[in-house]
Amino acid sequence: MNLAEHLPALQVVVPLLTAPLVILLRNGFLAWLAALVASGVSFGLAILLTQAVLGTGVPEYAVGGWQPPFGISLNVDGLSALVLLLVTGASTLGLAGGRLSLRRDIDNRRAPMFYGAWLIALAGLCGIAVAGDAFNVFVFMEISSLATYILIAAGRDRRALSAVFKYLIIGTIGATFYLIGVGFIYMMTGTLNFADMALRLGDVIETRPIIIAAGFITIGLALKAAVFPLHIWLPRAYTYAPNAVTVFIAACSTKVSIYVLLRFNYGVFHGNLLGHSDLFSVFIVPLALSGILLASAIAIYQGNIKKLLAFSSVAQIGYIALAAGLATQAGLMAAQLHMFNHALAKGTLFLCVVAFVLTTRSASITKLAGIGRRMPWTMAAFVIAGLSLIGVPGTAGFISKWYLVVAVMGVPGWGLPLVMAIIISSLMAVVYLWKFVETAYYGTPPDGDVSAMEVPLPLRALIWFAALANIYFGLAPGLPIALAESGTSTLLGGLL
Amino acid sequence: MTTLLIGIFLLSLLVITAVAIVRSEDLFSAVMLSGIFSLLMALNFFLLDAADVALTEAAVGAGVATVLLLAGLRLTPPREAPGRSLRALSVAVIGATALLMIYASFGQPTLGDPTAPTQQHVAPWYIEKTPELIAIPNIVTAVLSSFRGYDTLGEVFVVLTAGIGVMFLLGGGRGKPFSRLDSQAEVGLSGHLIPKVMARLLIPFILLFALFIQFHGEYSPGGGFQAGAIFVAGIILYSLVRGEGLALSVIPPRVLLLMSAGGALLFGSVGVAGMLMGGNFLEYSVLTTDPIIGQHLGIIVIELGVGLTVTGVLLSIFHAFAARD
Repeated sequence: MNLAEHLPALQVVVPLLTAPLVILLRNGFLAWLAALVASGVSFGLAILLTQAVLGTGVPEYAVGGWQPPFGISLNVDGLSALVLLLVTGASTLGLAGGRLSLRRDIDNRRAPMFYGAWLIALAGLCGIAVAGDAFNVFVFMEISSLATYILIAAGRDRRALSAVFKYLIIGTIGATFYLIGVGFIYMMTGTLNFADMALRLGDVIETRPIIIAAGFITIGLALKAAVFPLHIWLPRAYTYAPNAVTVFIAACSTKVSIYVLLRFNYGVFHGNLLGHSDLFSVFIVPLALSGILLASAIAIYQGNIKKLLAFSSVAQIGYIALAAGLATQAGLMAAQLHMFNHALAKGTLFLCVVAFVLTTRSASITKLAGIGRRMPWTMAAFVIAGLSLIGVPGTAGFISKWYLVVAVMGVPGWGLPLVMAIIISSLMAVVYLWKFVETAYYGTPPDGDVSAMEVPLPLRALIWFAALANIYFGLAPGLPIALAESGTSTLLGGLL
Repeated sequence: MTTLLIGIFLLSLLVITAVAIVRSEDLFSAVMLSGIFSLLMALNFFLLDAADVALTEAAVGAGVATVLLLAGLRLTPPREAPGRSLRALSVAVIGATALLMIYASFGQPTLGDPTAPTQQHVAPWYIEKTPELIAIPNIVTAVLSSFRGYDTLGEVFVVLTAGIGVMFLLGGGRGKPFSRLDSQAEVGLSGHLIPKVMARLLIPFILLFALFIQFHGEYSPGGGFQAGAIFVAGIILYSLVRGEGLALSVIPPRVLLLMSAGGALLFGSVGVAGMLMGGNFLEYSVLTTDPIIGQHLGIIVIELGVGLTVTGVLLSIFHAFAARD
């Protein structure tokens, strides 16, 4: 068997089939190790796929040997590769950096189930990113969502259960809306394959089921992507999940929904539905703008560092949605780059939170006072990732903010107000991050203990690796830009 | 015309049942009504000639799901808590969604219209090619287990994930909650003579029917999902009349876990075997020299995997609920 040929399938199969083996283990450490290895292998596969995309391209993979539209195809382009890197990278980072933290959160007896669920969530998210079939996306969306609910419910805080219940209900509504939309499209086109759908939709444009389908799919995915004001499930879910789980899901799960949103709206609808791009912009841009401004403002008033970062995520999703909603080439570039860079920054920030909570056993900002002096290495990494989140030159965040500003400047008549909104929101990011940084460096610890108490070296090294990645992709952003260019050209392929 | 009338009758009953579920504050009646809802749904599917779906809905929706909900009900108060719900807003959102779907339905092709897009594109290909490529009479099985087998693999993992979730959260699978159970004298229906005698008579036939559905899926409606659910219904009936302890000694928790994980692995390894033998993932044709026999072999093995996982997971969930006080 030729390995390179099977890469798209292996990307899903490796974590998916390791999961049942992991749940049969009886030892928590072995289960963690198996999950880490499978996740690391997935990351390796994602890197190989990325190289292939940037090289000769990845040929369509027909599962079962049945050609689409009769069988299910796997298609990998620049955008899928970008999402795969994020998903597998965040999972590996969360597992590798979360060992100590997870050992505290999950007892040994239940650990195999937990790591099995982690791998299934990873496989589900990868499955969405490689799928070339609308129904297959739904199946893997179900897999990843169910597994994510388990991961969040594993939080020590009992409030995790009510948070996850809310997420479950809203997530199920989102998935159902998506399925209703796909059902209508199948009814009118007789196909489930994305590429085939885009071709056949031309014959039935402006029929009622198709227009309603576009609405259902967009709203369903916006719910799952936590686009403001459909974000109400997100802050509590991120806050009460085990810290290592937050590293994983905060970096990638909402981005995968945005990925499907882009696939459907650009790959399928834009070339076919007259005026769809205008409607899409009118729907998404105001929501994105209010998200950017309001969620940033709410973040300022949070007393819990995880909740603060969660509201910041809602604002950042707003940036991505704003850029995607512009329906221009520059906008799509900005959206994809910001998906990548925000995942990098947020992953690093939440990894630092893992380390903080290991020491202080609390994520409340008052309890974390003085942590900067007690854990100087971790705190310095937090500051670097924070600068990237704000978008300071020299960090990865600057690159995507720059692309974003360029993209919104291209909007006739609205350029300046949009730029103003982005600047105001970035300033608010400075405020909410400074609030924490100030307490961390200048505050007095609640028990008055200022002795150094760093986390073990491997975790510190991992945190710094992630922090330096934020700088590396700020100075040499070639990879994400190349992937985003490739993704933009496939997304807009039907239009240009 | 008769079909139309029966359809209208069934759909009206469906609406009435749905309204009754929403309005009912007694959780027990809500659960029983939802069982009735599923049964009506199954009849509707059957009326639309979707026998496979009808069988699944009847076995899972009306059968096992109702029992699981009842088991869950033991842990909650019997009545719905008076909510501080935003009734007006919820009704408005639901109303708007329903109106949109009704609006969309005016543009849909007539039911059974041979020129509808769904009848023109992939469906004729499946009808034409199944006898030639897979050579089994039930085209639904061919689509589910081979042409779109990857989706079915995904569904099996959805089932497995649900099982993992319940076992993780309720602590089932192994350890304390299960071991607390022992075969008490008065369990469930064991004190009632008529259910006991009836159950004893029925259980062997239920299990046999499950095996028939499992291995006859290529020829008639059925397959692993339905067979698993029917098998589980038989075992649950056994638990109800003979007590959980006995049911657990017939199939212990560890075995249930092995079945759940093993079934999913079995399905997946058929896919990997396809890759190792020179085909794509889940390509059954390369499993033997004759592609058609390869397809048959692949379908039988993956359906077995589906059946194992569904049985293992549904029983684990049932025991996990029933084991809690």
